[in-house]
Amino acid sequence: MANKPRVGIFDFTGCEGCELNQLNFEDQLLDILEHVEIVEWREAMDGRAESLDIAFVEGALSTPDCIKRIHEIRRKSKVLVALGACAVQGGINALKNIRPIEQVREEVYGQDKYLFPTLPALPLSAVVKVDVNIRGCPMTQLEFLKVFTALVMGKAPVEPGNAVCTECKLKDNECVYEKGMICLGPVTRAGCDAQCPTFGQYCTGCRGLVPEPNVEAMEEILVAHGLSMDDARKKLQMFNANQLEGVS
Amino acid sequence: MGTNLDIKVHHLTRVEGHGDIVVNMRDGVLEKARLEIVEAPRYFEAMLKGRNFHEAAIITSRICGICSLGHQMTSFKATEQALGLEVSEQTVLLRKLLVHGATIQSNVLHALFLAAPDFLKVGSVFPLVGTHPEVVKAALRMKRLANDIGEVISGRAVHPISCVPGGFTQLPSAKSLAVLRERLEQQMLPDLVFAADVVATLAGEIPDFTRETEFISLRSDDDYALYDGDICSTDTGRVPDREYRRMSNEFIVPHSTSKHCKVNRSSYMVGALARWNNNHDRLCPEALGVAAKLGLKPGCHNPFMNTVAQVVESVHCCLDAMAVLDRLLAAGIRDEVPNQDPTRHGTGIGATEVPRGILYHEYTYDRQGRITAANCIIPTGQNLANIDDDMVKLVPEVVDRGEAAIAHLLEMLVRAYDPCISCSVHMLDVKFTR
Repeated sequence: MANKPRVGIFDFTGCEGCELNQLNFEDQLLDILEHVEIVEWREAMDGRAESLDIAFVEGALSTPDCIKRIHEIRRKSKVLVALGACAVQGGINALKNIRPIEQVREEVYGQDKYLFPTLPALPLSAVVKVDVNIRGCPMTQLEFLKVFTALVMGKAPVEPGNAVCTECKLKDNECVYEKGMICLGPVTRAGCDAQCPTFGQYCTGCRGLVPEPNVEAMEEILVAHGLSMDDARKKLQMFNANQLEGVS
Repeated sequence: MGTNLDIKVHHLTRVEGHGDIVVNMRDGVLEKARLEIVEAPRYFEAMLKGRNFHEAAIITSRICGICSLGHQMTSFKATEQALGLEVSEQTVLLRKLLVHGATIQSNVLHALFLAAPDFLKVGSVFPLVGTHPEVVKAALRMKRLANDIGEVISGRAVHPISCVPGGFTQLPSAKSLAVLRERLEQQMLPDLVFAADVVATLAGEIPDFTRETEFISLRSDDDYALYDGDICSTDTGRVPDREYRRMSNEFIVPHSTSKHCKVNRSSYMVGALARWNNNHDRLCPEALGVAAKLGLKPGCHNPFMNTVAQVVESVHCCLDAMAVLDRLLAAGIRDEVPNQDPTRHGTGIGATEVPRGILYHEYTYDRQGRITAANCIIPTGQNLANIDDDMVKLVPEVVDRGEAAIAHLLEMLVRAYDPCISCSVHMLDVKFTR
């Protein structure tokens, strides 16, 4: 390829687990580097870049400085990809949004709370235009490779809109509810190959809610399986506090 | 007239998370030399308040992707102690295997991908793909296998799935464990020996710097303490884990969104070098042989040697993982479900060695099994005061080298600690009032 796409990888508020998963492409990393030029990636290399073909951005926006930096990244990038639950939905960080922010700051820093500015944790799409979402906490390598391949080939990646339940059915998994547990599979976007139910866990909803989710019905199911309404809400909020409030 | 220095490294590269190095010297007088932590505060307490014990580890593992397994293990130990949940020997052995895998993956990532480029005079691991392909390939193989340990036993290396309080939701097959055992012996061990040889060729490049400090890590009578043990200081010896607050003493400083720590001196160090100084007598002969080859001696006070200590203990982790697998395979994998029936509701503490040092979680649960109070003390937070003290001693020693060289040396110093800044800025140290 004459001109390899110039790629940058950036991080905001989050655990950097999605980025780590990129360094965990042990079998494919050398092939990936054949097809793109990585020109900026603070976690792995020195240096900054002026312009980019593709920016992969991890993490939620939660300080004034984050807002400034995401605008700079958007300005210099042709395609902006939100990487993982924090970037796509605000992720687990958004749990702080459901309590009064002053109370949260005071509990942690006491009288020193004004030393460290903070905002509600927002998805990238609340501030800039996002071209592609790669979901999950953490993102799966399989999905990243699909999106990456599409972008390098100049094609539009397809985002799944079906529920995790459909993937469980395709894998012939025993339904998590049959085991006496609860599960958010019915309202959670597929694309993870139902990884958690396959390993004996329930779906925590990390990939975000399906388009037009029936949240009320989901809450009724959770309550019918022994949760209080308050606990049902808490389960749904774990990775989707923003979406339930209409953000993202 | 004395030297003037004005160094600011904004968003230090090749570390996990966001930190700036700031040095000011006026007329030969050092006014400031420190690591400023500018990572966005996370406010994990808002996430944990009122959550039930099934969810604590799912949430705290998201403090950090690199240390997610370590946070889970520590979280389980705290929850199990608080709720009186006994776990089986099989569960402990599988957890020890997971810890070995996570330690090797993190140590290899740091030594060969993040730190090695400094010694080979390049800006990242990527140029090494062309110049040192065999080193990069060996590092990738080791990382792959270390991550496979996590995938086989817990479903996923980053934010593991099947480990839960009280045990595992799903158990690995004896066959898959036997394959891991085989690969550790056939691939990992030779690759680690090769990596040690590569590090040996670079050992002359390791800066010669010494500052006496206190080292704190776990210590156990039975093994090289990673999963469990007492808290041990090179200054004052062993104390039980319930004294962890006295052995960390968090305090707020304005230049860091992460809290700092000190015990018997103005600072102390945790991590592989602390483990080496406290527990070198618990390492297997093969690891001690690698230490001798790399010039790592007991009582080492050179923080740049932390990377060397990581390579040494990785050899031990590999061999001990093989021994643990032998025990599991000899006994056979018993089909058991997690023990999740609380026998009490109170406060529990977990203390575990994660790659970057000693990690503490403490939770208090109410009678419904919901969290009412939580506290996590993170290795990188414990190291920050020690890093600042190192800088204050190091800068005057190298002041005649010029700003660029000093800045580079300070970056190498910070990287030697393998800091995990997202972790350190988890912000979880509160008592909830209802």
